Formats: sequence, C-alpha cells, structure tokens
Amino acid sequence: MIAAMATLTSLGLLLGLLLSLAARIFRTPSNALHEEIMTLLPGVNCGQCGYPGCGGAADALIAGKASPALCPPGGSALARALAATLGRTLESADDGPSLLAEIDESLCIGCAHCVKHCPTDAIVGAPKQIHSVFQEACMGCGLCVEVCPTECLQLRPQTTTLATWRWPKPALEGA
Amino acid sequence: MRRHDFRGGVHPPGQKHLSAERAIELLPMPPRLYLPLQQHAGGPALPIVTVGQRVGKGELLAQAQGAASAPLHAPTSGTIIAIGEFTAPHPSGLPLPTITLEADGAERWIEREPLPDPFSLSPAQVAAQVGAAGIVGMGGANFPSAVKLDKARQAGVHTLVINGAECEPYMSCDDRLMRERATDIVDGVAIMLHAVQAPRALIAIEDNKPEAIQAMRDACRSDTRIEVLNLPSRYPAGSAKQLIQWLTGLETPAGGRGTDTGLLVHNVGTAYAVHRALRDGQPLISRIVTVSGGAVAEPRNLEAPLGALAADLLAYCGGVGDDCVRLLMGGPMMGHPLPSAETPVIKGTNGILALTIAEVSEHTPSPCIRCGHCVEACPMGLLPVEMANSARREDWSGIQALGLSDCMACGSCAYRCPSHIALPQYFAYARDQLAEQRREEAKAQQIRQLIQQRQARLARAEQAKAEAAAQRQAAKKQRAIAAVEDDD
Repeated sequence: MIAAMATLTSLGLLLGLLLSLAARIFRTPSNALHEEIMTLLPGVNCGQCGYPGCGGAADALIAGKASPALCPPGGSALARALAATLGRTLESADDGPSLLAEIDESLCIGCAHCVKHCPTDAIVGAPKQIHSVFQEACMGCGLCVEVCPTECLQLRPQTTTLATWRWPKPALEGA
Repeated sequence: MRRHDFRGGVHPPGQKHLSAERAIELLPMPPRLYLPLQQHAGGPALPIVTVGQRVGKGELLAQAQGAASAPLHAPTSGTIIAIGEFTAPHPSGLPLPTITLEADGAERWIEREPLPDPFSLSPAQVAAQVGAAGIVGMGGANFPSAVKLDKARQAGVHTLVINGAECEPYMSCDDRLMRERATDIVDGVAIMLHAVQAPRALIAIEDNKPEAIQAMRDACRSDTRIEVLNLPSRYPAGSAKQLIQWLTGLETPAGGRGTDTGLLVHNVGTAYAVHRALRDGQPLISRIVTVSGGAVAEPRNLEAPLGALAADLLAYCGGVGDDCVRLLMGGPMMGHPLPSAETPVIKGTNGILALTIAEVSEHTPSPCIRCGHCVEACPMGLLPVEMANSARREDWSGIQALGLSDCMACGSCAYRCPSHIALPQYFAYARDQLAEQRREEAKAQQIRQLIQQRQARLARAEQAKAEAAAQRQAAKKQRAIAAVEDDD
C-alpha cells in the first residue's frame, strides 16, 4: 500500500518535472504572427470588427477568415500594414472618409462618462461642462458612443478641410 | 558666361499683348477686404486684432507662427468686422480662417518710424525686416522670403538670380513692373545682395519683353554687380530649376533645392516688395495682378490691395462676358480654377483669367498613341505617360520610382499630348493620394502613442492608489501600537 503510493507519487513528480523542463526547453514562439498583428491593431477592443476584441480579430486574420480592412478605427493605413504583414492583397483600400466621434453640444449634460472611456484621451471636458472631441486624436472606435446617456455622441464622416481635401481621380480616361 | 539649354519645354501662344501695353493702374479701394490667415507656405498666421477694432494702414493684423510663416498687415485703414471663415482662392471652394476688414476710405497710415539705411544693418537684420514685412515669394510659390534669404546666406550662395522670365502665357504683371519701376527693383536687388552676402546678381528676362530688358539695363547701369540677361522665350524658362540650368548648366539634384547649386532665385516682384519694405516701411499689402483672358472686356494690370475679391478686379476691368467658361487664378499652364469670383487676391496671386471656350482645351481624351511627345516636352526628364499609367493603376510605389516628386506640374506634357490626356491631373491625384497615406500613417502612429500614454498613466494611478492604501494601513497599525503603548 505504502510502496504503491510512494511509487505513484514519485512517478508523478518525475513526469511532471520532465514535462515542465520540456515545456521550457522546446518552447516555440508559436504566436509570433499573432503578437506582430497585435502591435499593429489599436488594442482598444472596441469590437467594431465583429470579433471579441483585438485578440480575436488577430486570430481571425491569421485564419484567413477576416479581411485586412476589418478595423474601422485603423483605417486604410492599418489595412495596408496588415495586408503587407499577412502577404495578402487589399481589395479596395478606399472606403470613404473615416468616421470620427462628434458631440452635439445641445444634448451634452457633462456627465464625463465618455472622457473616462476614451482610449486615446481625445475627449476634452470636465464634469458638468460641455465636452468636445479633439478630432486629431480620435480614431472613431465608438467606445464613447456606447456610454453616452443622452446619445449626443455620434460617429460621423470627417469633415473635409483645405488640409484634407484631395484632387479626385480624372474622370475621363484617355490612355 | 556660357549659356546652356534646358531639356524639353513648349511654346504656348503668349497672349501677353492683351494686357502688356496697359500701364499699371491702382484698383480703387473695395469696401471690404478678405484676408486669409494662410497666404503662404508654412504655419497659418495668428490674429492679434479683435472684431470691432479700428486699424491703420500697414498695421499688423496677424503674426507669424512657427519657423516658416509670414505675418499679415492691414492693406488699408478701417474696422475689423469679422474673423471667421471665407472661401479660399482654391479649386475646392472650401473656406479658410479669414480676417474681414471694412475700409474707411481714409487710407490712414499707422505711425512709421524713420528707417535706417538697409546697408548699415547686418544681413540677418535685413532678412528679419523682410520677414516682418510679411514678404513671401511673389512668383506664386508663397514661400516666406526671409527664410530663403537666411538659408542662402548660411549655404554660401554665390549668385542671386532675379527671375523676370514670366513665361506663363497671358501674364504681364512682372513685365509692367520692370518697365515702370525698374530703379526700385534694382534697389531691392541690391538690398537682397546685402542680405545674402553674395557678390553678384543676374536678372533673367525672356526676350519677348524687350522694353523690360531695356528698362532694367538702364536702371542697373551704375551697379556692376548686377547683370541683365535675356532668356529665350520657351515655357517653362521661368521655373527656378530650368533657369539655373540655363544659366550654369547645373542640374538641381532630385529632391534638392536650387541653393544646392550655389544660386538663389527670387522673383522680380519679391525684389520690389523688399525695396518697399526697407525703404518706405511699407509691408506687403498690395501686389500687381494681371487681369486678362478673352472674356474680360478690358484686360489690365492692376495694383490691388491684398484681400480684394477677384470680382472687384474683374468689375474694374469692365466685367466678365457671358462667354466665360473658366475662371483661373494664375496662368493657364500652372494656375488653378477658381470656384467663384467671390474669392480674394492673396500674396501669390499674379493673375486672374476669365477664359472663353476658344481658349480652353475641351477635348475628350482619347487613348495614348505612344508618340512620346510628353517625354520630349518634360523639362524634368520624366516619363509622363508611364507616370499617368501608374496613377491610373494606383501603383503608388511605381509612380514614386518614376520620379513623381520631381514633377513640378508645369503642364508641358499635357500641352503637347495629341490625345488630350489629363496628365497633370493624374499627377495631382497621385500626389494627394500619397499625401493622404502619409497623413493616415502619421495619425495611426500618434493614436498608438496616445493609447500607450494613457495605459501608462492608468498604471501609474493604480500603483499610486496601492501605495497610498499601503501607507494608510501602515499608519493605522502604528496608531494601534501607539494606543497599546499608551494604555501600558
């Protein structure tokens, strides 16, 4: 009885030790690609891609289930970077102007919930004061839209200014 | 000095006869002036006046912001009635922050201090005064002149080139300026020579302007450092890089600047503005504008205050006929379409053109016939047809490899193209798409940084909270021990 217990215990300990050593020695960085993609993604887990957070999106990208243009906050810059990393071609890089958060001042009650949730500190404002979005720092993740109790936060297409206006492609093709 | 030819180029009809024989006239002061805060390359100017404030002629309205920027002065006396947005002289028709000045008609100057002799100032002080007068490149590049002067002195430039080529068709404002105010220009050139500390200046004028050449020769007869040269009339002889090549045979390196070859190019209008600023204490508040084109009743050269609307200038020239199909700011080769005439004259506006259907190319593009005329015409030695193909395929690395950044959008290729392909439009499109990509990448980088900074801040706050809690615990324990000891 005692001999059997001792044998089994020592066997268990020995095998456990071997396994833990093997895990250390033969460890492979199996998720190198996953990690690389995670450094590219915004990492704020907004869920606009339809996957559970940026980790889930990275898995779907590796499995080939998602398009490199899956991330609206990342925009076409991220889509190009992902396509290059994954060695895939981008079907259409241009999907219109990016959406950015905008506050309707007449509805803002200054609850400051959005300020706490903004992953890029793009919302300026203090409690009981009207808030405003600093568009240069906003990536349009929409986390603020969900927490706003008065729905004064909306994602809207970025307004074109002289700095962001671009010549269109010539309409009439010749050559 | 041996002259060298530059590559390519075209001979578009000059059309300068429409306005070149009309002496410069002063535009009557319009009731309102619209002064965009961004009239120059670099950061926008920062307004220092308030709405309702009365200002004198020449008073500073907005100061320069950043290393390359330019201040803005009041072109006349009056009241600031708005600081808001107004349509920019830009093909998009989008607005720019603009100061609106209502003229009071008194032309009351601010008090001006007597000016020291510019030659008693140090070169850096001269450049600083040029900067303070808000002078930018008057040929249309709008780059702050003081920055150019300083950089050229530091680079040890040996020759100052004054560009009086005016190779754009229709334009005659520089021609008239040289014919009528040659001594003032030559004085400005001498001041600029002092600012750059260069031993000599060359004034290059296209040989289709014999009167201007004669006037300038007469004006600089006493100054042996300054020489007037006649350039062959071929577009784009007035482009800085082509001008340098014609003068020296040196080609400006790709991605480089003219000063890399030891020459500094400034426009004649800039030399005149420098003279006005350092001799009369008049900042850059007006400029000569050619108003021309087949749809203008009486084409003229006008000295217009900055901020006057294109409509004011056109109205003074007898108005625009119904046959006007296109309104341009600048020349027909490199100018850009204006969304409406209700947009102001800015520092770089050399012309306003109202063109009829006979003057514009309204052909439907047809397929490329591989004739190679665009390649022959390109003064930069590029392959326009290949670049346009890359732009159409959206092959952005390909078009960069073909030298898009060396294209100066002169339009020679499109002028020669028998298929009427909109080559420069493809290049503008490609250039903007690349700029958009750069902007997006910079923003993505910034966003990543902001996220990291916020996470670091939250972590610090968490740690501080934990430390405070630990301290409270320790203090509580200490108090408890003290209480026990007291009890003893």
